[in-house]
Amino acid sequence: MSPRAAWRLESLGFTRVHDYVAGKADWGSFGLQLEGQRHSGTRVGAYLHADVPTCALEEPLPAVCERVRAAGEDTCFVVNEQRIVLGRLGRTALARDDDVTVEVAMTAGPSTVRPSLDLAAAIERMRKQKLSNLPVTRPDGVLLGLVRRDDAEQALNEI
Amino acid sequence: MPIPIDRDELQRLIRDEQAQLVEVLPPDEYDDEHLPGAINIPLKALDRETTRRLDRNRPVIVYCYDSQ
Repeated sequence: MSPRAAWRLESLGFTRVHDYVAGKADWGSFGLQLEGQRHSGTRVGAYLHADVPTCALEEPLPAVCERVRAAGEDTCFVVNEQRIVLGRLGRTALARDDDVTVEVAMTAGPSTVRPSLDLAAAIERMRKQKLSNLPVTRPDGVLLGLVRRDDAEQALNEI
Repeated sequence: MPIPIDRDELQRLIRDEQAQLVEVLPPDEYDDEHLPGAINIPLKALDRETTRRLDRNRPVIVYCYDSQ
């Protein structure tokens, strides 16, 4: 729709017309602020925990497990130097006691969501996949944090 | 010819050139959510009268929901 609007403006004599083709879906998916009547609490981004444990592919699993347990967490996301999500260490992987690298133990390519996703849709996805949380990323794969199912369900009940 | 831009260029145009943001979706979608500072002129309503509020000397950025 916006390309047609841009051309229409040109036909009306405007000479400096730009088209933000990706639109407000792109804006919101990067966690940027939107204005309007919609309750901000209906988006995943409102319940984002940014201090999520992360580790690198080549790290030894036992050291990562110890670090994650000490932090009281049950999930660790595997990221590269650009903070792109490559994998996930869930409860099963974190319960292993063998001396392998994170890469061997992780689940590759975990499902991710954007901050602009409806909270109800995120809860439904977590229920279907039997997950206690979901990683939240920008569209380019950069990890922003995670949304916890408990938090999301409680929030939705209160809205 | 209209110039396609990304998010970074949009922010630069607003910051450096006081660009004007126009959401071209219907009013109910604009009321629901829109980019900060955007005004609403739905595509169907774009004409000489409704665009009179725009400054022709500054860039105009149009957007809708996504590229679909």
